Amino acid sequence: MYPSDYRYTREHEWIQVTGETGTVGITDYAQHELGDVVFVELPKVGARFAASQAFGTVESVKAVSEIYCPVSGEVLEVNTALANAPETINQDPHGAAWMIKIRLANAKELDALMDAAGYQAYIAEKQKEASA
Amino acid sequence: MRYLPKSPSEREQMLSALGLRSLEDLFESIPAAHRLNRPLRLPGPLSEMEIIEYFRARAAENARGYTSFLGAGVYNHVRSVVTDAILQRGEFLTSYTPYQPEISQGTLQAIFEFQTLMCQLTGQEVANASMWDGSTALAEAVLMAERVTGRHRVVVARSVHPEYCQVLTTYVRNTGLAVEELGFTPSGQVDVEALRAAVNEKAAAVVVQSPNFFGVLEPVAQLAEMAHEREALLVVAITEGVSLGAVRPPAEADIVALEAQSFGLPPSYGGPFVGVIATREKFVRQMPGRLAGQTTDHQGRRGFVLTLATREQHIRREKATSNICTNQALCALAATVHLCLLGKEGLQELAQQNLAKARFAQAELEKVPGVKLPFAAPSFNEFVIELPRAVKLVNTRLLKEKIIGPLALGQFYPELAKRGLVCVTETTPRAEIERLAAALQRILK
Repeated sequence: MYPSDYRYTREHEWIQVTGETGTVGITDYAQHELGDVVFVELPKVGARFAASQAFGTVESVKAVSEIYCPVSGEVLEVNTALANAPETINQDPHGAAWMIKIRLANAKELDALMDAAGYQAYIAEKQKEASA
Repeated sequence: MRYLPKSPSEREQMLSALGLRSLEDLFESIPAAHRLNRPLRLPGPLSEMEIIEYFRARAAENARGYTSFLGAGVYNHVRSVVTDAILQRGEFLTSYTPYQPEISQGTLQAIFEFQTLMCQLTGQEVANASMWDGSTALAEAVLMAERVTGRHRVVVARSVHPEYCQVLTTYVRNTGLAVEELGFTPSGQVDVEALRAAVNEKAAAVVVQSPNFFGVLEPVAQLAEMAHEREALLVVAITEGVSLGAVRPPAEADIVALEAQSFGLPPSYGGPFVGVIATREKFVRQMPGRLAGQTTDHQGRRGFVLTLATREQHIRREKATSNICTNQALCALAATVHLCLLGKEGLQELAQQNLAKARFAQAELEKVPGVKLPFAAPSFNEFVIELPRAVKLVNTRLLKEKIIGPLALGQFYPELAKRGLVCVTETTPRAEIERLAAALQRILK
């Protein structure tokens, strides 16, 4: 379910790094919590974000939520296909529904993120809290 | 528990639930210097009969037998008893914001119809479920233009209602949005050349009103083209909705901020009124307020729900698109009923009557020695006259003859102390227009 080569944030974003480029999206847990996604607002190519800074919003039938940048960097590419097919976020959150590609400003920031096992333990804890 | 709990035992109960001993403990976090240490200075209670007597006496203070030539954002138009009969139905009168579609189909459908009518009138693609009034609609339209363009400067025509401009200034005082004024030409329209110079790549929007505060129609299509050349939006305010029965709708505008008071709401000392924001569909997610939308239920039946409310404050808190959450549902309903009674042809006929009466008044007043019509551009049911002396002084004399004269423009534009704004609607009898002309002739002699 959660790819082992991705890193994860506490705000439920993932990042996959190839060289100096990171691909960012939201996790399966996040899309499930949001429900049907109806709209996504993404930044322009060239925009710069600090780690944990909001870079866009995702709107579902239930709520509108911020999406936070896992690490700092500059936006190289934006998945414009999501504008017309936001439901992709529900269908394939870890693949086709990637949101932005960024050039990493500081690869060391990745160390602060969770790996797949850590994230799964984190959401298991969340679910336990919710059902308690 | 009652909505307004006040019995001592209920207070005790709530305090103990909070683990507090007294009301004083509850307010402890407020510094003593800022706490009220005496009872509010309010008059004592009155009996039902005393209350009725009090309001009868206040109602008797209303001026009777006066003819008013005031407009300037609030208009006297005919209203039907049908509107009031529908408004006073308990299902509409006492219902709160329709968050729950399962118990609010009537209100939601009324709002949906209202939005549809507003789109048809303004030539725009979407209209929201109403704003407080025209002035707050305009301020929100400007904030919306800022969000859409990511630019932080707006150019506002001086011929926009000065009180709308004050509301806008209040809204943006601490937001970092710069407001630049734009003058008018001797004909009363926006100065197009000055506009060309003022609208640069930093401008989020050009804001005009049409008919403008002087009653003059603006060249909306041309202004839109100029704004769009610099990728700025054109925001058009409309204070007199009836004009839309005669004037082309501002379809070229990107956002329309409309005051809908003219549709079935009495002037009532300035409110409550109902505002509207109408815009292009592509900007809908930056639009404040919410929309009522049509959908189908699980049995395939037509139904109505609130949509796009997810961006509003009850869900988004401080990140909400705006803080307008409650809409003016009852006022919007009045406008909906009024417009449905009029119909398309009825509205056109009403607008033609306003136009004809205003032209007659212009002609009558122009005949009075000393009275001039300074603005040559086309107008609707309001127009500016220039007198040989201060309008304020002339109005004092008119008042003695039971005529509430033109709005003295000097209070908003010091250089226009000798100019007044005359409003004539279908409710102004021809004989009263002639009486105004005759009175002016006597006063100015």
